[in-house]
Amino acid sequence: MQFIKPGTTIDFVGKRKLGFSFSLALIIFSMVSLIIHQGPNYGIDFAGGTLVQVKFDKTAITQDIRSGLDQMGIANSSVQNFGKPENNEFLIRTSIPDMTNQGFTQAITQALENVTGSTPEIRRVEMVGPQVGKDLRKQALLAMFYSLLFITIYISGRFEMKWVLSGVTAGALMTAVYFLSIFNMSMPILITAALVVTLALFWYLELKYAMGAIVALIHDVFITVGLFSILDYEFSLSIIAALLTIIGYSLNDTIIVFDRIRENNIQSRKLTLAEIINKSINETLSRTILTSLTTLIVLFSLLFLGGEIIHNFAFAMIAGVLVGTYSSIFVASPIVLLTDKKNRSTNKA
Amino acid sequence: MIILTALVYVLPTFYADCWPHKKINLGLDLQGGMHLVLEVQNQKAVESTIERTVHELKQELRKKEIKHLGITRNSNNTITATLSGDKNIDGFTALVTEDFNTLEIASTVTDPKGKNIVLQLPAEEAENIKRMATEQALETIRNRIDAFGVSEPDIRLQGDKRIQIQLPGITDTQRAKDLIGKTAQLSFQLVDETGDIASAAKGTPPPGSVLLYQMKEDNRTGQVTKVPFLIKKQVLLDGGSLTDARVMIDSQFNEPYVGIEFDRKGARIFERITGENIKKRLAIVLDKTVYSAPVIQDRIAGGKARITGNFTTEEARDLAIVLRAGALPAPVKIIEERTVGPTLGHDSIRMGIMSMLVGGLLVILFMLMYYKKAGLIADIALVVNILLIGGGLAAFQATLTLPGIAGIILTIGMAVDANVIIFERIREELASGKTAAASVNAGFSRAALTILDANVTTLIVAVVLFQFGTGPVKGFAVTLGLGILASLFTALILSKSIFDMTLSGKKTPTLSI
Repeated sequence: MQFIKPGTTIDFVGKRKLGFSFSLALIIFSMVSLIIHQGPNYGIDFAGGTLVQVKFDKTAITQDIRSGLDQMGIANSSVQNFGKPENNEFLIRTSIPDMTNQGFTQAITQALENVTGSTPEIRRVEMVGPQVGKDLRKQALLAMFYSLLFITIYISGRFEMKWVLSGVTAGALMTAVYFLSIFNMSMPILITAALVVTLALFWYLELKYAMGAIVALIHDVFITVGLFSILDYEFSLSIIAALLTIIGYSLNDTIIVFDRIRENNIQSRKLTLAEIINKSINETLSRTILTSLTTLIVLFSLLFLGGEIIHNFAFAMIAGVLVGTYSSIFVASPIVLLTDKKNRSTNKA
Repeated sequence: MIILTALVYVLPTFYADCWPHKKINLGLDLQGGMHLVLEVQNQKAVESTIERTVHELKQELRKKEIKHLGITRNSNNTITATLSGDKNIDGFTALVTEDFNTLEIASTVTDPKGKNIVLQLPAEEAENIKRMATEQALETIRNRIDAFGVSEPDIRLQGDKRIQIQLPGITDTQRAKDLIGKTAQLSFQLVDETGDIASAAKGTPPPGSVLLYQMKEDNRTGQVTKVPFLIKKQVLLDGGSLTDARVMIDSQFNEPYVGIEFDRKGARIFERITGENIKKRLAIVLDKTVYSAPVIQDRIAGGKARITGNFTTEEARDLAIVLRAGALPAPVKIIEERTVGPTLGHDSIRMGIMSMLVGGLLVILFMLMYYKKAGLIADIALVVNILLIGGGLAAFQATLTLPGIAGIILTIGMAVDANVIIFERIREELASGKTAAASVNAGFSRAALTILDANVTTLIVAVVLFQFGTGPVKGFAVTLGLGILASLFTALILSKSIFDMTLSGKKTPTLSI
């Protein structure tokens, strides 16, 4: 069986403007949504607060639960059906962090029993204090930053044999981040600054593969985050895990193409870089799609059968894999072409 | 080659052998349990040290007949002493340098009333007190939990003033939290019989006394009433002198109480205070709450006392535990809590395994359809891969969490990727006219580097996640990392040997791919 016949020639490089516009549109949508929602919708892991998952043995109404909580003095809580409605499971969220200390479980059981008439089972309680939330947020950002950093070192080292150069760049960046973090600068600004500097350096040093890879990565992560924001899904620790995995995984396809570009570059010296890139993408198209397909199969199985707790994780991964596959074809390789110096001068001439 | 093949065959059995000896640990989110992070308010330990120092300073000055116009603790943890007259000032500085050498004189200001000497604790010393407080709190909490009886608790320091506690399988979370979070500062103080409770309740207790309450719970209605007591501030004896505390049953009323025993010095003090204060009430105060305030009938020798207070057996037992384990040097605050009930954990495991089976089967079918016999090889590699992850988890005593299961599921999808890359390459080589054996060799050797590159990036991410992640996310990082290593092994070594075996037996080998 074969999906993509050998000898397929689709002019991906020629269509790169189309690809870029599509990506740009997605990025703008994400950005607008993030601005409207004032940043990502942080779950209690990052914002602090309390979450209680309860299950009733009889049908219960959201409204009753809310009034029961009001009686307990927990106003401003959000009550949500969790999973299938016939399960009678609800998720209660409030921004008050310090309330699980004294007799909380008994109190909430009692209050909910009074209003609904059935004994609730407290299945899950999560309480995160504001300081812990802040710490987790910082850690998550740092984890993203370091993954990007190490991956870029690896890519530029492996593909351009410039280990020393990329090592020095990385070292300088890490020191800069370390010193700036002493001055208590806000993490997001810090990381954005670091990324901008990285990109500028790659452009200047003409590390074209590293440039292509990291632009594609930022593209994938940003669009996934944007999608979460558009759908108003919550950001939790497991979503960060998903984002990081996307960083690692979406690169697989990119590397397959890059490897082929490198191989073809040695074999057919007569072709221009654009032609080589096109040839390479076409030759590897079949495996790019297949590898993503097998991963998507298991992810969809996880999305539909894995239960409510893991649902958003699976969703983020699916979005990331789809965007990642697209970007390895339409974003990463064209960026390599753009960064290439020979190409830069011929474009100008 | 033969050795390699043998090794490949031995490995799974070897790991399978491991299963009974080392079981895979389930995370709290799968088996149910409680995860707590406490913050030790170790600043309070510094404050109480300063408070105690002020008290001792005053006593020493009285002994040495040095007069002072007031010694107070300031809010920034310094002590201001006001003195006048050269003799007093010299005597004071001499006392500080000789007997209170942990303190240093920060500044001296002269005003019309006299000289204000500000004493401070060096930053290093304050840090020391804080660190000791955290360490002692950790030790105390560990003792309490051990006495409470939780199987396989995990208690560790996190940063410089946080304590992380994991109690798997615990169901009565409220009781555990009460037990862990209680400061358990026990003290014996006299009741102020002369002061006016009404005016104290308005916020003006008589000097040297403080208003504390006793909680009385009505056994029938469960209504809690607060009974006010005016208690003298001076602590006659505290929990530091206890050697033992255990639950006893009152034979007369059939009610549980906590019997306590003092060490020798404590027993002597207890005998003295009971002797000096006959017919007065002695309050037993725990964490600013009055437990009981019995009238002293007679001098009590022998160093034994009882704490009564309408306890249930459970409450008495927990109180005995905290008294035996000792007081926390500073109060603790719960800053993070994650509790998962056992039924939710079971559901998570069931759904996780379900989606793993369905996803796995779909991938296996797909590979069979797309690559025929070669797909079968990939499928064998996949099964071995999952076995290896299981074995790795058990061997490293890692914890399997719900995201960890997701990680395994993800690995199923990613493990065949390596095979896909190799098979596609082999197809290309076949198309270019090479023989089956040559194509297999070329396919594996050409694809190996690509596969390595692609997996290294995911491995980097797994390592970073492991470093920064907490609890469940760490579990994900572990299975992801193990999965990548296992899939590298199965794709590059196991699949290759199976290919070689199937090809070597035939004279003109053909390939079903």
